Amino acid sequence: MAVKTGYSPELIKKLEDMARQLRIDVIEMTHCRGQGHPGGSLSPAEIMSVLFFHHLRLDPKKPQWENRDRFILSKGHACAILYAALAHRGYMPLEELETWGCLDSRLQGHPDWKKTPGVDMTSGCLGHGINIGAGLCLAAQLKGLDYYTYVLLGDGELQAGILWEGAMLAAKYKLSRLIAIVDCNGVQLDGTTEEIMPLEPLRNKWESFGWAVLDINGHSVPEVLAALDKAHANGDKPTVIIARTVKGKGVSFMEGKAAWHGKGINDEEYQQAMEDLKKNV
Amino acid sequence: MFKLDNTRQIFGEALAEYGVKNKKVVVVTADVSSSVMTTFFAQKNPERFFNVGIAEAGMVDTAVGFALSGFIPFANTFAALLLRATEQIRTCVAYANTNVKIVGSFAGLSDAKDGATHHSIMDLAVFRAMPNMTVIVPSDSIEARKMIPLMAELEGPAYIRISRAEMPIIFDESHKVEIGKGITVRDGNDVSIIANGHLLSRALEAADKLSSQGIKARVVNMHTIKPLDMPLLRKCAQETGAIVTAEEHSIIGGLGSAVAETIADENPVPVKRVGVADKFTESSKELDPLLDKYGMAVDDIVKAAQQAVKQK
Ligand SMILES: Cc1ncc(C[n+]2csc(CCOP(=O)(O)OP(=O)(O)O)c2C)c(N)n1
Ligand SMILES: [Mg+2]
Repeated sequence: MAVKTGYSPELIKKLEDMARQLRIDVIEMTHCRGQGHPGGSLSPAEIMSVLFFHHLRLDPKKPQWENRDRFILSKGHACAILYAALAHRGYMPLEELETWGCLDSRLQGHPDWKKTPGVDMTSGCLGHGINIGAGLCLAAQLKGLDYYTYVLLGDGELQAGILWEGAMLAAKYKLSRLIAIVDCNGVQLDGTTEEIMPLEPLRNKWESFGWAVLDINGHSVPEVLAALDKAHANGDKPTVIIARTVKGKGVSFMEGKAAWHGKGINDEEYQQAMEDLKKNV
Repeated sequence: MFKLDNTRQIFGEALAEYGVKNKKVVVVTADVSSSVMTTFFAQKNPERFFNVGIAEAGMVDTAVGFALSGFIPFANTFAALLLRATEQIRTCVAYANTNVKIVGSFAGLSDAKDGATHHSIMDLAVFRAMPNMTVIVPSDSIEARKMIPLMAELEGPAYIRISRAEMPIIFDESHKVEIGKGITVRDGNDVSIIANGHLLSRALEAADKLSSQGIKARVVNMHTIKPLDMPLLRKCAQETGAIVTAEEHSIIGGLGSAVAETIADENPVPVKRVGVADKFTESSKELDPLLDKYGMAVDDIVKAAQQAVKQK
């Protein structure tokens, strides 16, 4: 994709720094809890940084503001990075991240919109995001609101048949304010997507379902910025951004490994992970 | 206190071993084989292992295709996620009466950490309501292991729950199981505690506590909730005159309902149901405190038994 220039170096630096901070938080949280899904929480760090610290129209003081942009973490198991982003954005105190997964915590093992301010929809069972996002967009039209709806999907998640029902629906109704982002890290729970259920050619699949497709490097802040802006400018189709990422990005021993899909981090691994993340400055 | 063992591993190994002996067995799974440990089956029987990706509904229908051709398919994912395939299971397994075996792993609250989306408190209600379906809830790992061949050799649709948690060891190698036959594991004539799954060990602990208060509780392992062992249930009602059920499930639709419905039809005695009281659960680092918080503590069983005895 041709990268639109014109993003200031300060903005890019700020968003890259935040992506690194979110990764550090994911590691801290997964270590503190001894449980979680680190791999798929690390891969969308740049995407989450750009969305929550630049792109989304939000007001943390009014989490229920009717015309806010919606964000659905359809791959709900990556909630650690969503909670971290929400905390840094001011939806809750940073210390609350330590309660993640404990009895009585507002921060559940998978997102719960009734418990956590800033979470727009409960998730954890894969495949729901596109249909729900389409419903939100149709509702916005009826109400005369102009918010956008962003849905973050896993690539393994694309195997869920219901998701393609939503893809057809969104194209039928020309839901140009629906923007799906695929965290295309090539790995799911049991192995690589290639081994478990091949997805390619992904671009053709989405195009044939009537979507505008952008294929980008999901770890490049300028590319993520440009893709989201381009999606905004898209006139009559829903847009999907296929963000090519690395599962476990930033932590040497996790990168590309299905074994780190859903697993806590012990003290030794924690040390190593933090070294890796700090080295990448 | 009971020792624990790793139920899902024991299940995974048992299915793998059985698959070596019975070449009709195929396993169909939906991107969770490393969690539910059908990886053992895949290692031993790679040509009869199929991973359909994250596609639960499709998984069940694929299994149906195998069953139509004389194979014995085991379709397996998390119990909570099987609900996505409910219509497939209703129409193509239960109604069509195909020989599909469904394994609901991470059953009950056993995937404590992942929260309510991953807790399965209504699988028994849903599958029990389907005609033709056999529904099994093994009460420890040995029982789970022994159920695998029985389930495979039973003709017709069957559902079995497998816990993610390490379960208390209750039985030994000599344990004899038969689908549809409950087992009295402790005698007593004041009240019957009918339990299964993770709650059987808690029922036994409750019986200990009750005996120190002078209440002699009978404890029954009702590992099959459909078909329910009516003769045993009748006997419990007649001989003890009060019943408590205990299960890792909603009090709506599971073992408690099955027992209460039967008792109401035939032999009214007080029935108290211990389980999740019609609410969604939450994440917890550990299973035991979660069971305690959601109404399945040993003391909840004790209290229910005291009340049932009082109401006789
Ligand atoms: C409907 C459903 N099926 C299965 C699961 C279990 N599960 C959780 S995450 C996951 C793998 C997801 O892979 P992917 O979508 O590629 O996510 P990522 O790599 O970004 O972590 C699976 C199978 C689930 N949560 N929901
Ligand atoms: Mg993936």
